[in-house]
Amino acid sequence: MASRGPVPAMDATAIDRALVRIAHEIVERNPDHLNDLVLIGIPKRGDNLARRIAASIGKNAGIAVPVGVLDITMYRDDIGSRASIPKPSDLPGSIDGKTVVLVDDVLFTGRSVRAALDAVVDFGRPRSVQLAVLVDRGHREFPIRADYAGKNLPTPSGANVKVELSETDGRDQVLLEEAP
Amino acid sequence: MSAGGNGRATAPGGILIRRGRVIDPASGVDGEMDVKIENGKVAQTGANLDPGGCSVVEAKGLVVAPGFVDIHVHLREPGQEGEETIATGTRAAALGGVTALVAMPNTVPPLDTPAMIAYVLSRAAQDGVVRVYPAGCISHERKGEVMADLAGLREAGAVVFTDDGNSVMNALLVRRAMTNARLLATPYAEHAEDEHLVDAGVMHEGRVSLKLGLAGRSTLAEDVIVARDLILAEAAGAHLHVMHVTSKRSLEMIREAKARKVTVTCEATPHHLVLTDEAVGEFDTAAKVYPPLRSEEHRRALVAGVKDGTVDAIVSDHAPHGPLEKEVEFAQAATGMVGLETMLPLVLEVLVRPGEIGLPDLVRLLSTSPARILRLPGGTLAPGSPADLSIFDPEAAWTVDPRTMASKSRNTPFAGRKVRGRVVHTIVAGRPVVRDGALV
Amino acid sequence: MAGAATAKPDCLAAKDLLGIEPLSRDEIQLVLETADTLSDVARHPIKKVPALRGRTMVNLFYEASTRTRTSFELAAVRLSADVVNISVQTSSVVKGETLLDTARTLEAMSVDFIVMRHGSSGAPHTLARNLKASVINAGDGQHEHPTQALLDLYTVRQKLGGIEGKTITLVGDILHSRVARSNLIAFTKMGAKVRFCGPPTLLSDDFSTLGAEVHHDLKTALAGADVIYVLRLQFERHRMGLMPSVKAYTQRYAITPERVKWAKSDALIMHPGPMNRGVEIAHEVADAPRSVIVDQVANGVAVRMAVLYLLEAGRTKRAAAAGGAS
Repeated sequence: MASRGPVPAMDATAIDRALVRIAHEIVERNPDHLNDLVLIGIPKRGDNLARRIAASIGKNAGIAVPVGVLDITMYRDDIGSRASIPKPSDLPGSIDGKTVVLVDDVLFTGRSVRAALDAVVDFGRPRSVQLAVLVDRGHREFPIRADYAGKNLPTPSGANVKVELSETDGRDQVLLEEAP
Repeated sequence: MSAGGNGRATAPGGILIRRGRVIDPASGVDGEMDVKIENGKVAQTGANLDPGGCSVVEAKGLVVAPGFVDIHVHLREPGQEGEETIATGTRAAALGGVTALVAMPNTVPPLDTPAMIAYVLSRAAQDGVVRVYPAGCISHERKGEVMADLAGLREAGAVVFTDDGNSVMNALLVRRAMTNARLLATPYAEHAEDEHLVDAGVMHEGRVSLKLGLAGRSTLAEDVIVARDLILAEAAGAHLHVMHVTSKRSLEMIREAKARKVTVTCEATPHHLVLTDEAVGEFDTAAKVYPPLRSEEHRRALVAGVKDGTVDAIVSDHAPHGPLEKEVEFAQAATGMVGLETMLPLVLEVLVRPGEIGLPDLVRLLSTSPARILRLPGGTLAPGSPADLSIFDPEAAWTVDPRTMASKSRNTPFAGRKVRGRVVHTIVAGRPVVRDGALV
Repeated sequence: MAGAATAKPDCLAAKDLLGIEPLSRDEIQLVLETADTLSDVARHPIKKVPALRGRTMVNLFYEASTRTRTSFELAAVRLSADVVNISVQTSSVVKGETLLDTARTLEAMSVDFIVMRHGSSGAPHTLARNLKASVINAGDGQHEHPTQALLDLYTVRQKLGGIEGKTITLVGDILHSRVARSNLIAFTKMGAKVRFCGPPTLLSDDFSTLGAEVHHDLKTALAGADVIYVLRLQFERHRMGLMPSVKAYTQRYAITPERVKWAKSDALIMHPGPMNRGVEIAHEVADAPRSVIVDQVANGVAVRMAVLYLLEAGRTKRAAAAGGAS
């Protein structure tokens, strides 16, 4: 009964390419609102991804996009069932009228993004909210879709997709662990 | 005197209790032998007795003792029959090996008139399965102001005078009551806690009460009353019996008074010997009792007092209370715990098994001495004595389960405790009341 | 389970908060850190988070207290919970409903949290034993006032950067103070040194068995203290003979600007409120820059939010574990 163990689905190069492509797409699809873009990352990896995307936009389009961190612990529908202590959110100023791009590592059931949307509207009234994720693995339980996805990774729902980043885990890779 | 009874016929030809370890301190007996009971009395003791027409009870491995005489029990009848009745209380007593008990007079109404004494005796004759001796109040309505008709109470059948539940605070009343008690050859028994010094306390005044933020009852409250009563009893030539003693200092004073030949006796309860104020834990009202469970220092002094003979008797102070009275804030909760059915295993646990005293001393404390203190029949297996026997297995293991107790109330801090020592047979006036651990 | 013992908690283990005594040091730290995040909510455009949406909290106050009750109410509404206030008038003449009956009534109404203040030590414990709801002790008799101790810890940590190694001196009627007892346990657990100071009738030496340094002289009690914590003087004590007179008390124990100097130069002044200005604490001291009495009040809401949140997290966690995987 050997479980295969985690298998890399994306390596560091693939991740880097995906983020550069997302950065391009964000710029392409928001030509009239480049100066009111705000990237808001969902911890604990979405915020690092947001910073990398902002850096890429800065390098390639010459625009300094502000980056924020949105803690959604208080907005989850399952507080207590995961081990997470709420941390303060940190938004770069008001988000009224801004084009907010939420950034998360994995899009799965969509519940985290739903919580993030609730949190965002408590902070202000953005003009629009878009969603960028590194990995979309399907199995949505809510009508949520990613505007920008680094990689589509269809998986069985029992499997586990883990994103590792050098900022938090020491290296860049996306691991897929089959269900036992 | 009351006879426990419910009209059941004596076993024809009597009962032969065979090969038990017979312990009868009053006769200086401790050894394996038979006991023959006939016509409600102990007929004969000795080895290999001829059963004749008797039914035989095999008692090998069991202790055969004179029935326990518990001189401090609350039966709650009249007035609080929801908590206990003479019927249920005496059944609980029988399961605990108690064949005679003294019913405390703080009933509703209290036992402060000859009519009330007669009432309890008549109810006991109808419903009781063990002997019931009423105590009579010292003061009218237990208010500590006007003396009750002590002579009338004695004549009606009271065996001791006490306002148990409260100390008599008026020293002149104490002096006069003691004088009368002496004339009536009846002991004066005191619940020693100075009403003012206890200062609305609800548990022992010490580290635990400080931590829990509960008002404390200091041992000083017990000591000052004991000191006062010893002086007054000595002056009056009366017999003072100090009930449920708990304080180290009080024990010292009693010991010293005894050495000077003052007529004083005292009793201790199993809960004061086994538990300390720590038992209150998280405001557990099952551990709320007056006088309160004391700190370890006092508990150890009490064990030492039993060992050196300062303490004359062990009593249950069986105090039933219903959930309505106990499941409230600690300060509001009623005080006391049931104890008839747990008395034997607890004293075996804290006194006999650790080697503080032997089984003969235990029998003396539970039976011989209490009977002697109040001059009650029983407390001995000498031929001609009433056939009141407690036959128990000192090693039988069981778990205290309030739901299976005969008492109507369940208030005990010992629920769930694994104990050893159980009554197997209880015989009252030659009639088995408990057989093989169950009520007949 | 290897490593489980060293894992930091992410919620409170117990169903109720009945005292500081049962909390571990890690749990206390968790409350303080969570309060950091939650104090931020007061600065959001929408001063609410939906964490306790749909939950009901009852303020069951047998003793009047506008300050504590309002603090809990604000904490609950900021977490989107609904609040019901019950003020019970008790007198020894009017018995009214027993505690147990009140509990059963609340249980039948499916209440989630009960914040209880009662004059009898141990009353919340009686309630908690008989209810599925989470009971929070807002002060029981002379026993404990855990959320007060938590907000006091939070305030000291906020103003002095930490609690470990600090010396806190509490002055006043220690004997009857649940705030003193809770703070003794809380500050000692977090590594601080606690001194008690007061007249002998209001502070027996037995308190040293609980871990406090007992002083009857104010000057030695304050020497080197990082925090001067002033307790409210209750005038009834004088009539009971526990205090010679208010004047005798203030002469020896009132915290005046001169006496404040006996402590460290940057020592904090704290008070659980309400203050008897000019009695146990001088006006100038109450309003001095070092006084953090107002911060205590503000921090109270954040700390109580943290307690509610962490109790809820614990409930959800236990419900999920009991109901199997979701």
